[in-house]
Amino acid sequence: MELQAVVMAAGGGSRMMDLTYSMPKPLLPVGNKPLIWYPLNLLERIGFEEVIVITTKEVQKQMHIDTKMKLEMVCIQEDADMGTADALRHIQQKIKTDILVVSCDLITDVALHEVVDLFRAHDATLSMLMSKTHEFTETVPGQKGKKKTGEQRDFVGVDSSGKRLLFMANEADLDEELVIKKSIMRKHPRMHIKTGLVDAHLYCLKKSVVDFLADNKSITSIRGELIPYLVRKQFSASTNSQKTKNDSEKNQKKMDLKTPDIHISSKDEDLLDLAREKSCWNDHRGDMSDAYHGGKLRCYVHIMEDGMCYRVNTLAAYIEANRLAPKVFSEELPVHPTAEISEQSMVGADSIIGAACHVSEKSSIKRSTIGASSCIKEKVKITNSIIMNGVTIEDGCSIQGSVICNQAVIGRGADIKYCLVGSGQCIEAEAERNNEVIVSTDQLMEI
Amino acid sequence: MAGTEGLTQQELNNSTGETRDETDSKKNDYLQSKVEGKALSKEEKLKLRKDKKQQKKNKKDDKGPVKEEKAKKPVPVMDGQQAQQQKAPPTSPLMTPEAPPTGEKSGKSKVELRADRRARQDLDRTSKQGKKGDRSQLASTAKTKAPPSEPQPVVKRLPEHIQADDPAVLKKVAKKLERQQIPLRLDYGSKVSLFSHLHQHSRKAPLTQQMSIPSTVIHPSIVRLGLQYSQGIIAGSNSRCIALLHAFKQVIRDYATPRNEELSRDLVNKLKPYISFLNQCRPLSASMGNAIKYIKKEISNVSSNIKEEEAKTTIQNCIDKYIKEKIHLAAKAISKSAFEKISDGDVILVYGCSSLVNYILCDAYERGRKFRVIVVDSRPRLEGRETLRRLVKKGISCTYVLITAVSYMLPEVSKVFLGAHALLANGYVMSRVGASQIALVAKAYNVPVLVCCETYKFCERVQTDSFVSNELDDPDDLIVTQKGKTELQNWQDIASLRLLNLVYDVTPPDFVDLVITDLGMIPCTSVPVVLRVKNVDQ
Repeated sequence: MELQAVVMAAGGGSRMMDLTYSMPKPLLPVGNKPLIWYPLNLLERIGFEEVIVITTKEVQKQMHIDTKMKLEMVCIQEDADMGTADALRHIQQKIKTDILVVSCDLITDVALHEVVDLFRAHDATLSMLMSKTHEFTETVPGQKGKKKTGEQRDFVGVDSSGKRLLFMANEADLDEELVIKKSIMRKHPRMHIKTGLVDAHLYCLKKSVVDFLADNKSITSIRGELIPYLVRKQFSASTNSQKTKNDSEKNQKKMDLKTPDIHISSKDEDLLDLAREKSCWNDHRGDMSDAYHGGKLRCYVHIMEDGMCYRVNTLAAYIEANRLAPKVFSEELPVHPTAEISEQSMVGADSIIGAACHVSEKSSIKRSTIGASSCIKEKVKITNSIIMNGVTIEDGCSIQGSVICNQAVIGRGADIKYCLVGSGQCIEAEAERNNEVIVSTDQLMEI
Repeated sequence: MAGTEGLTQQELNNSTGETRDETDSKKNDYLQSKVEGKALSKEEKLKLRKDKKQQKKNKKDDKGPVKEEKAKKPVPVMDGQQAQQQKAPPTSPLMTPEAPPTGEKSGKSKVELRADRRARQDLDRTSKQGKKGDRSQLASTAKTKAPPSEPQPVVKRLPEHIQADDPAVLKKVAKKLERQQIPLRLDYGSKVSLFSHLHQHSRKAPLTQQMSIPSTVIHPSIVRLGLQYSQGIIAGSNSRCIALLHAFKQVIRDYATPRNEELSRDLVNKLKPYISFLNQCRPLSASMGNAIKYIKKEISNVSSNIKEEEAKTTIQNCIDKYIKEKIHLAAKAISKSAFEKISDGDVILVYGCSSLVNYILCDAYERGRKFRVIVVDSRPRLEGRETLRRLVKKGISCTYVLITAVSYMLPEVSKVFLGAHALLANGYVMSRVGASQIALVAKAYNVPVLVCCETYKFCERVQTDSFVSNELDDPDDLIVTQKGKTELQNWQDIASLRLLNLVYDVTPPDFVDLVITDLGMIPCTSVPVVLRVKNVDQ
C-alpha cells in the first residue's frame, strides 16, 4: 500500500464558536452536506478505499455519511485537548506506510496528484498544499467595521522552481525581523517569499515522521510545530554532513539521548544513491554540490494558482464556502425531492432546499441554503442566507445575509439583517436586528 | 547384343514415361552408330557422358513432382546423322517452335545449322535453369525447407512504439493497456511529419493524473520510478537500469505467491504490466531491455522445489550480481583500458553527460595523468553542465563550449571520448543527439573517436538512420524566455509550426575508431561477434 489517509475531525472550531458551540465543526452543514463530507469526497474521488477518521464520540454518533470507502473511526476524548500531532501519535500503531493527513474543514477541488507526485518523485519527507488567498466578499454577521488584517500572516519561502519549501514562519512568532539562516541562502541564493497564501492543511508525510513523533512527545500540533521543524531541519548541519558510517552511528546515539532524530534512510539506499549519482540531473545549478545538495530531508509545496480551496475555520469562510461549494460539488438536485414548495413561492436557481422542507406561499428564497425539515411560512423573504435544520420562520419575515442555526425560531414580521442567530434561539415577533450575534447568554461566558 | 539391348530398351520405352524416349532414342542412335561401325570420336564420347548424366537427371525428375513435366512434347525424331549435333533434348515445359526440323538430313545450309545450334543452346540454358529450380524444389521437398525461388511477401513485425500513426496498432495497444489497467498516455502537440510515427508526450501531463492515488494496480516503487523517468530525474542509461533493478528488488521483496501458482511463472506475469507502465512513462532503453530479459530468465529458471523466501533472495542476489558485474566491474575494466589510451598532455573532448566517460576521466586523473577536457554541450538538455561540475569538482581543468563551436575547438583536440546509449548489431552507435555530429567533425579533422560502452548495452537491433526508431521529448523544452519575452509561448496556435526535440541519433561505424568495452578494445564492426559469443554463453 502506498498511502494511508487520515482525516482530522476532532477540532473544536475555536475561531467560530458562535456556530460550533452547539454543533461540532465536522458536522456543520455546507450546502446541506456536513463539512466532513467534502474531504471524504475528495479522497473517494481520487481512489482511496480506506480512511482513518480521528474524531470525538459526539461526532461519531451524529455522523451519517454514505460513502463507498471504509471509514475507520478513532475516537478521542473531547476534553483531552489533543493537538493534531498528539492524535497522530495516538494512532501510530495503525500506520503502516506513508500518510496523507487532511483536515476536516478543507473544501477544495485540487488535482491531488500534483501534491503526491512531488512526494513520490523527489522522495520527499513532506509535501503540502497551499493556495492563493481569495478575498471574502460577503458581509460577515457580527463584524463591526472592516475586517481585521491582523490575521496572522504566513511567510513562505520557496526556491526558484516554486516547488521546494525553504522557509516557513508565522508573523506571530516573529518580533520585528524576519531571520533567514545563511545556510539556506548559500544553497538557494534565489528565494521567493510569499505572504498571500492559505495553508490547506493537507500533508503527505513519510512514515519515519510518524515514528519520530512517537518518540518525540514535545510536539503537539502538526501545523504549528511539526511542519516548521521539518522545514528548518532540511538545512541543519546534522542531516547534511557527510560523515562515515561509524561516525554517524555514534552521533545518532548521542542525539537519541537528547532529542530523537528522524531516520530517513531506507533499505537498498545505496542502490538508489548510485542511480542518482549516475543520473545527469540536478535540481539546481551554479554551485558544486550534487542534486538536492546531498540533503536527505526535503520538503515540497504545491501552490494552487486557480481552483477552489477553502478552509472553513472562520465565519467568513463558512459563508463563502456555502456560497461556492454547492456549485462545484452538487451532484444532487438543488431542491430536494421531498421538500414541499408551494407554487406561488419563488425559489431562485442558486438556492438549495433540504429534505422535508416546507415552503409556503408567496415566499421568496434567493441565493440561500435551507436545511432539512425547516418550515418557512408565508410571505417570507430570504436573501443570501444560510438556514440550518429544523428552523421555523414565521410569516412576513425578512432575512438578509444571515446565518440561522439549528432549531431557531424567527417570530412573525421579524427583520433580520446580517445577523447570526445561534442554535435554539427565538427571535421575538417584529424584531429588527442588524449586524448582531444572537446567542444564548451562558455561551457568552466562554473565553 | 546391341540390338537386343535396343529392343528391350524400346519395350521399356513404351511402358515408362515419355521422358525416357528421347534419351533412349538417342542411345539407340548412338548404338546404331556404333552398330554402323563408326569409331567413337571425342565428341561422341562427350556426348555419351552427357547422355548418361541426362538419364540420371531424368530419373530424378520422374521421382519428383509430376506436375512439372506435363508438357506434350512432340517427340523429336532424331536421326542418327543428327545425333552428333543434338544435345540434351529439353525436358522442361519450354518448347520452342524451332524444334529441329525433322526429317531433313542434308540440304540444310551451314547458316541454318548454326541457327539451329544457337536455338538449341538457348533451350538448354533455359532448361538447365529450370532443372536447377526443379532440383532445388526436389531438395526442398526432401529436406522440408523452402528457399524462395521468387521473393515472397514476408510479414515484418515492427515494434509498437514506432507505429504511432497507425490507428490499428494504436487500438491494439490501447486494448492491451486497458486489460492491464494502465492508463494510456496521449500524444501532445503537432509532430514533424518525418517523425509522426513516434510518440510525443508533455511533461506536464504525467501518467499519474489518470491513476488512483494510492496506486493499487502498480507497485508504489514502480509508480515512483515512472514519475522519475518522465520528469527526467533519473536520466542516462546506466542510471535508469540501476533504478529499474532497485525497483524490481522492492517488488520482489513485497511479492507473495498466490495459491496454486508458481513463483517462476506468476512473478514474470506480475512484472509485465509494470514494464508496460514504465514504457508508457518513457520508452525503455536498450540497457533496461537487456536487464529485463536477464531477470525474466533468472526468474523462470528458479526451481519450484525451493521455498518462496529462498527463491526471492536468490533472485535479489542475481540482480545484485548483475549490477556488480555488468556495471561496476565493467566500468573498472573499461577505465583500465581507457587509461592506456589517455596520455599526458592530452586534450580530450567529451559530449553531454555520460556516467561512464566521467568515471574514466576521474579515474585517470586520480591515477596521475595530466590532461585537460573540453566539454561540449547542446540545448535543450544542457547536460554538459553536469559533466562540467563533476570534472571541475574533481580538479580537472575544463573548457565549456556549445556544439555550435565544435569545429573551432577541434584543432586543439587530441581525442574524443563518447558515451553510448546502445551499440547496434551492424556496428552503429546510438547515442545522445549531436554525438554523430561530433564524430563527423572529428573524422574531418582526423581526430580519433573512442566510444566507451559496456557489453550489456549491445542490442540486436539494426538501424542505419536516426529516423526509424528514436524518441521524441517534450517540445515545450525548446521554449526559452529571454529578456522577459517568450516568443514560442503559443506555438501550438501557429498551424504550420512544429517543434522537434529529438533524443537519440546513430553514428555510423566509419566515424568511430575504437569501442572500449569490458571485453577489450574492439572495432565497431566486431559488435555482432560479441553478440554471438554472448548468446552462445547464455
